[in-house]
This record gives sequence, C-alpha cells and structure tokens, in this order.
Amino acid sequence: MENSGHIVKLYGAWGSPFVHRVIWALKLKGVEYEYIEEDLSNKSSSLLEYNPVHKEVPVLIHNGKPVVDSIVILEYIEETWPHLYPLLPADSYDRALARFWIDFGQQKRPTVHAFCGSSKENNEKTGEKMLETLNIIQDQALGDKKFFGGDSIGMVDLYFGWYVQWFPCFEQLAGLQVLNPSNLPKLHKWAMNFKEEPIIKETLYDSKKLLLHLEGIRKKRYMAAQARVL
Amino acid sequence: MAEVKLFGCGYSPFSRRVEMALKLKGVEYEYIEEDLSNKSPLLLKYNPIHKKVPVLLHNDKPIAESSIIIEYIDETWEGPSILPKDPYERAMARFWVKFIDEKCGVAMWKAFASPGEEGEKAKEEAAQLLKFLEEEIKGKKFFGGENIGLVDIAANFIGYWFGIIQQIAGLELLTKEKYPNLCKWVDGYINHSLVKDNLPPKDKMTEVLKPLAQPGYSGYKPKV
Repeated sequence: MENSGHIVKLYGAWGSPFVHRVIWALKLKGVEYEYIEEDLSNKSSSLLEYNPVHKEVPVLIHNGKPVVDSIVILEYIEETWPHLYPLLPADSYDRALARFWIDFGQQKRPTVHAFCGSSKENNEKTGEKMLETLNIIQDQALGDKKFFGGDSIGMVDLYFGWYVQWFPCFEQLAGLQVLNPSNLPKLHKWAMNFKEEPIIKETLYDSKKLLLHLEGIRKKRYMAAQARVL
Repeated sequence: MAEVKLFGCGYSPFSRRVEMALKLKGVEYEYIEEDLSNKSPLLLKYNPIHKKVPVLLHNDKPIAESSIIIEYIDETWEGPSILPKDPYERAMARFWVKFIDEKCGVAMWKAFASPGEEGEKAKEEAAQLLKFLEEEIKGKKFFGGENIGLVDIAANFIGYWFGIIQQIAGLELLTKEKYPNLCKWVDGYINHSLVKDNLPPKDKMTEVLKPLAQPGYSGYKPKV
C-alpha cells in the first residue's frame, strides 16, 4: 500500500492555487493525507511553528517534518514517491527544461499580478503583456504536446494549472479575456484537456464562490500593487 | 569542440556559482566571458528567453538559470554531491536557496541600492532575514555540513559580494557582533580553496559596484 509508514498532513487554505498544486500531486500519486484548513486571517500556532520564515500555506508535514513552498513541496513529493505517477521526465536535460518553465512562470509574476489587478479602464497594456507571456508559454513550453508533461500531466502542468480556473476569474474581474481559442488555440485546448482529467475535475471549485473569493484578494493585493506601478 | 561550455560573466555571482559547481565535480569546460553591454549572438541564441548569463551548453544543449544548471550538473556528473541525497535534506537545501535568492538577497541588495525610505525598510527586513541564516548555520561548518553544498554555493553573494557592498555603502548590516556564526561561515567560506580561486578580484568588483550606490540608480537587478 502506498501509505505504509507514511503519515502525511497538508496545511492549506480554501481557494489557494499554491495549495491546489500540492493536492493535485498527492492525488495523482495516490498518497493519502490529512488536510488541515487554515484561516489565513488567524493563523494557527502549528502553522507558525512549521513555517516560521514565510508563515504561509501550503505546508506539507511528512512523518512530522515540515516542507514549505509549493514548488519545493512538488519536488519533494516527486522524490519521495518516484515510482507512483512520475511528475518529472526521466532524462535530466528534460528535467532541467521542466524546471526552466516553472522558473519562467515565477519570473513573470509581476506581469501576471499587474493584469490581475487591472480594471476595464487600464487593462489594455497589462493584457498585451499577459498575452505576450502566454504566447511564449504556448509556443515554446507546450508546443504541439497535449500536456506540458507530454502525453500525461507533469509538474509543469500542475504549476500552470492556475490558468484553468483562477485566471479566468481574474479575466472576468479585469474585464478582458486573454486566454481564448482565437488568441491562444493550443494553450486553450491544453486548459480544456487539463480540466477534464478526472483528478483535476473532481477538485475544481464552484466558479461563483471562487470569483467572490478572488475579488477580495484582488482588491487587497493586486490593485494596490498596480497602483504603485502605474 | 568542447563538450561543455559556460557563457558567463566574472562579476556575476550567479555565473560564479555555476563555475564552483563544475569545479567541484572536476568537469572540464570551455569558458566564454560575455560583455553584458554587448551580448554575443551565441548567448542570444542559447538563451533567447532571458538573454542572460550564466548559460551552460552540454553537447550543444543549452540550460539557463544558475539553480537549474547546478541541479543538472549534480545529476549528470559523478563526484562530490552538491545536493544532499536524502529527499528531506534536498527539500531543505532548495528552500534555503530560494530564501537567499528571493527574500534575503533581494532585501540586502535594496538596502544598498534603494534610496531613502525604501532602503531603510529593506535594511530592517534584511536584518530580520539574516537571523534565520544565523540560526541555520549554528553548529555547522558549512550549510552543507562538513563540506560545501548547494546552499553555500548559492550564498556566495552573502559570503563575498555583500562584504564589498557594505564597504562601499558604509553599511553595517552583516557584522560579527550581530551575526557571529554567519560571519564565521563567511571567513571559512571565502578561504575555502573551491571558493577563493573562483572570485572576482576585490578592487575590480568595487569599481563595478560603486556606480550602483549612486543616488538615481534604484531597483534590484536580480540576475546579471
């Protein structure tokens, strides 16, 4: 049994795409875990003890030892359960490429946040930069593959999985749709395929609930950041 | 035709990290020094997305971003391990590298390069963040234990570049009084044979960094 000798707990928060990446990885690998919901406005003493540096979710606890940062956690899950649904390619060069694209996504966060914080009045420029970024991801990272990982979902798919449910909410709030079949045919198809995968499908949120949740986050984080930039 | 080539810049801590990793493994490589104000067509060909150094070329296949390159080097060549073998220790090492690059290093750079209030705030933040590293290095010779590892390599900015920056800016952030263990690590680190032969000369580095401390220059340059 996959879980013999493993006690796995995950501290998360409803609506967090970072937590979701970890949930997807654990489910794809069939790893059983206990989920603990954190109220981020009133963080538990456990969370602060396990993640004193960042004080954030997700935190994975494996046999009592904490691992933090969603990308570090994904690599840890992959190395701890390597034979169950591999999330990274076997070849080390291809692994380097996978890590490169995750890092690319990380480096483009200012562009993404600027778009997420936009409104109908100022979304043209941010939308342009967003499209530029997504074009690179589509043409160079995805190419003609079904998934970033090839025929099956890999770590890069889990990283960009944010685009299938969270991003459309921000598009609605910004009043501009960027990821659509006419702008980005291959990436849009990837998003549809990704959402249809059983493990992914069963974890998706109620869209209306998520939209409301993200509207709050947008006001707090991205609009403030945008105001500094504009 | 060399099997391994490295496009780098002697002043870049990120570039020097990759050189340390290659030297640790005893990998023979051809080094190409880039003039970052006039990047070569080859660099732009091998790293079209970021157009930055370092870029490693192995059997004609390019890899960019120093942390990714170093993990690739560790997986590809025999020799002393750069990352620990145990998955939990590896996760810890990756965590500290991200902490150094994304939080601590950013704040330390801003403390030096950002004017006025932003710089002051960054100084306070850096002082807090360095405490985590002070705690982590306690009782250890290197972050990697008995030998230099991934985190030590990634901390080269803290170990060497920041000392020069402190002098130029008259900053007293990383001091023996406030961070005795971390400063002890700095001494051991910059005198380690792998490191000391792989650092740009202090006077040249001072020349390069001085203009960045002038008012009017702001903004963190995360990678050269």
